[in-house]
Amino acid sequence: MGRVPKAPQFIGPGAVDVALEVNGDAVRVHVPPHRTLLDTLRESLGLTGAKRVCDEGTCGACTVLLDGEPVYSCMTLAVACAGRSVETVEGLAKDGELHPVQAAFIEHDAFQCGFCTPGQIMSCVGLLKRSPAPTAEDVLRAVSGNLCRCGAYPNIVAAALGAAKKQVRR
Amino acid sequence: MSLKVVRTKAEFEGEMTEETALVDGTDLAAWKADATLGIVGKRHVRVDGIARVTGRALYTQDLYLPGMLHVRVLRSPYPRARVRRVDASRALALPGVRGVLHRFNAPKSAFRGEETIFRDEVRFVGDEVAAIAADTEETAAEAVRRIDVDYELLPFVSDLEEAMRDDAARLDDKGNVTESGKNDRGDIKRAFADAGVTVEATYRTSTQLHNSLETHGAVARWDGDELTVWESTQHVFGVRAGIQAALKIPYRDIRVLCDYMGGGFGSKGGAGKYTIVAAIFARQLGKPVRCFLTRDEENLAAGNRSATYQTVKIAAKGKRIHAIEHLSWSNSGQGRWVADPTGPTNGLYDIPHVRTRSYKVVTSLGALSSFRAPGYVEGTFALDQAIDELADRIGEDPLALRRRHAARQSDPFLGNRYSLKRLLACYDIGAKEIGWQHRRAEGARGSAPHRRRGFGMASQLWGGSGLPPAYATVHLNPDGTAVLRCGTQDIGTGTRTVLAQLVAEELGLEVGDIRVELGDTNSQYAPISAGSLTVSSVGPAVRLAAKDARTQLLQAAGGLLEVPAAELRVERGAIVSKGRRTPIGEVLGQIENYTVIGKGSRFPNPEGLSLKTFGAHFAQVEVDVRTGEVFVEHVVAVHDIGRVINPLTAASQVEGGVIQGLGFVLSEERVVDRPTGRVLNGNLEGYKVPTIRDVPKITVRFIDDPDTKANNIGAKGLGEPPIIPLPAAVANAVANAIGVRIRTAPITRQRVLDALSLRA
Repeated sequence: MGRVPKAPQFIGPGAVDVALEVNGDAVRVHVPPHRTLLDTLRESLGLTGAKRVCDEGTCGACTVLLDGEPVYSCMTLAVACAGRSVETVEGLAKDGELHPVQAAFIEHDAFQCGFCTPGQIMSCVGLLKRSPAPTAEDVLRAVSGNLCRCGAYPNIVAAALGAAKKQVRR
Repeated sequence: MSLKVVRTKAEFEGEMTEETALVDGTDLAAWKADATLGIVGKRHVRVDGIARVTGRALYTQDLYLPGMLHVRVLRSPYPRARVRRVDASRALALPGVRGVLHRFNAPKSAFRGEETIFRDEVRFVGDEVAAIAADTEETAAEAVRRIDVDYELLPFVSDLEEAMRDDAARLDDKGNVTESGKNDRGDIKRAFADAGVTVEATYRTSTQLHNSLETHGAVARWDGDELTVWESTQHVFGVRAGIQAALKIPYRDIRVLCDYMGGGFGSKGGAGKYTIVAAIFARQLGKPVRCFLTRDEENLAAGNRSATYQTVKIAAKGKRIHAIEHLSWSNSGQGRWVADPTGPTNGLYDIPHVRTRSYKVVTSLGALSSFRAPGYVEGTFALDQAIDELADRIGEDPLALRRRHAARQSDPFLGNRYSLKRLLACYDIGAKEIGWQHRRAEGARGSAPHRRRGFGMASQLWGGSGLPPAYATVHLNPDGTAVLRCGTQDIGTGTRTVLAQLVAEELGLEVGDIRVELGDTNSQYAPISAGSLTVSSVGPAVRLAAKDARTQLLQAAGGLLEVPAAELRVERGAIVSKGRRTPIGEVLGQIENYTVIGKGSRFPNPEGLSLKTFGAHFAQVEVDVRTGEVFVEHVVAVHDIGRVINPLTAASQVEGGVIQGLGFVLSEERVVDRPTGRVLNGNLEGYKVPTIRDVPKITVRFIDDPDTKANNIGAKGLGEPPIIPLPAAVANAVANAIGVRIRTAPITRQRVLDALSLRA
């Protein structure tokens, strides 16, 4: 469960300041109340890993973690993230070392064009956070909201399970 | 260097074309079928994997240039109308709006055979009426809503079969229906009269929408007279040609770039209207301009796979197929061409008497575009079902029947011998892997009382030979690392990785020593990344470029080491002479900053041979007879595509094709409202692309027999083959399971239940 968001005193109609944490850094953005988290990440913060594919919550390419839980950032308003922590694909690798899910995606060839990949990876990372030893069924549930048009699905399942195994061993 | 002009026949997406190209020097002999190669043929993870999993890979959509303006397009809400007046004053009054383009103020710019971007007469819901450039996308979208247009509505027709009727609204001076292909072999009339058993059936396939996850779009920036365009495309050189035609500026001043791109299944073949609009706005307004389609626009105006209406009459004489007549009508929308669904009927099976006709039907809908094996997916759906229907009627196993017509080693359509054909081996492997011996003519009980189980299969024919021209250069740095430059693009198929493997193999480096730079018109020309031709077109040129670099390296090394070049070889980054290894960097480092540049070109295909890829898919399904739901349990995909360069990425390609084929046959269907001509499901909610829940067990097998006659690497294409036979294989399995045939794709629950209730 995420923390209860602190409501800013005034919201809109003009742009407002929103303070949040993104990939461990405290950031402040100035956005209108209707601006999505996705557009804020991409346009205000230069984090273009999360993709805009449908912009209406049907494909999962914009998935990021909000307080550790996967959310569609195109369906999340930036103002609703005040005081909360956002993690994007750009924040996963630490000290030049890939996150086990990222490494497993490469090893298992779990992407082709790679456009859905940041979203798929964030859904898998979210899964491993709450369930370190998932079953194949858990993986299917976790990424069933992430479309991949190239059809990398079988390898995505293999990658998520492979990453879980390695994570346990570490 | 010695340049030679070559002319060669080659196949592109089912059509034969004649190409003129330049080749340099002499071609290399193909690697022998049993050659021991160190890097080619081995699993290798993608060389761009880290960029793609870290979010660092920059796609065109991710490009935000300083001061960039955003474009949104006003699209026609009517299927056919004359644009009488456009009033943008309310839009332009909005703060942040910088410009508007429409038919009354846009500069003339030729686009795909028309003189203008914005038509006087809009011809489908989604046709471009006007465009707005603004500081933000939100402002542009709001401004578009404030454009007032006066339309004069005109008669239209959106349904394929309705458009074929004499009383339909006439959309083209030549009529709505035009013949687009024909073939006659043998004596069809006499053959049907002679035949024992004849089966006739009608098949329908629905319009499939590409839905590449990155929509079509471009970013344009002018720097004086120089235009740079970043575009999500399968063909940077095609985009360049489109810009030149529209803006009439020299190639000198145009650079098109596509580094990473988010999916292309045929529709991103050249400049789009969005490209030209972005370039015009950027020049007028003096700022970079971005024009990307929204998901809805993507599904209206960025291409589709034609719906088809097909009739097949097929006859047996004894236990052999004696004659087939296949007629096909394709909904081209406002497209200027149409794919040919009768290609497989003309060339796949050795049948003595054949008559095929294909027709293009114009409708008031967005133009078709190539979609992964255009025509062949639709045509095989009809052909391979008709063969099963005939097999059922004559009491023969459908695989046994196909075998009799699949052994021939010459092309029944072109008459030439095949360079290599291993279709029977595909059948053997597929039958074993799926357990074909368990198939019963009457189907079988499934895993529950209300479930029926069935098996089905279908064959695949496709080109994939590749073609010239294609050129590449390999730049070997003084430190022993290399850069491959080539104007092809990696659309997700693993091109970068495969080309790096070829360079490493030929030049004696490790894959990690090589950077691959693609997608830049300032580089060497390469063909469109489509038609399953990238590896087989570009690969041989890349190998030659690496060979040229190696020759030059050895010449330089011979001089530096004072050893005759003939006694030297390159191995894993080192010059080897009589057991002594000297790293390339140490040798070349003696010359200050000298870069070896190797050049390579694609030589013509062999004369007088037919170069094809073959394959077979086998499917095991269960059907719930209460709900009509089809559960695909296992798919075996076997392909004969020559040498497999990278088994890891090749298997991914096949799985992807199978899954897209599952979408075609089970769930994907553009729905159009006939009274209004509107697409009702132009989004990812109503239009059902497969999810991870829809994926069965998939077994992938390759014959992996190098086609040493085809080109110097022995490889043919794989992009399209794995989608072609899947829909027919599944349809045949469904028919086997429930004893009633669904002749319309997709095979939805509704269609299954309707068919079952009709039988009851």
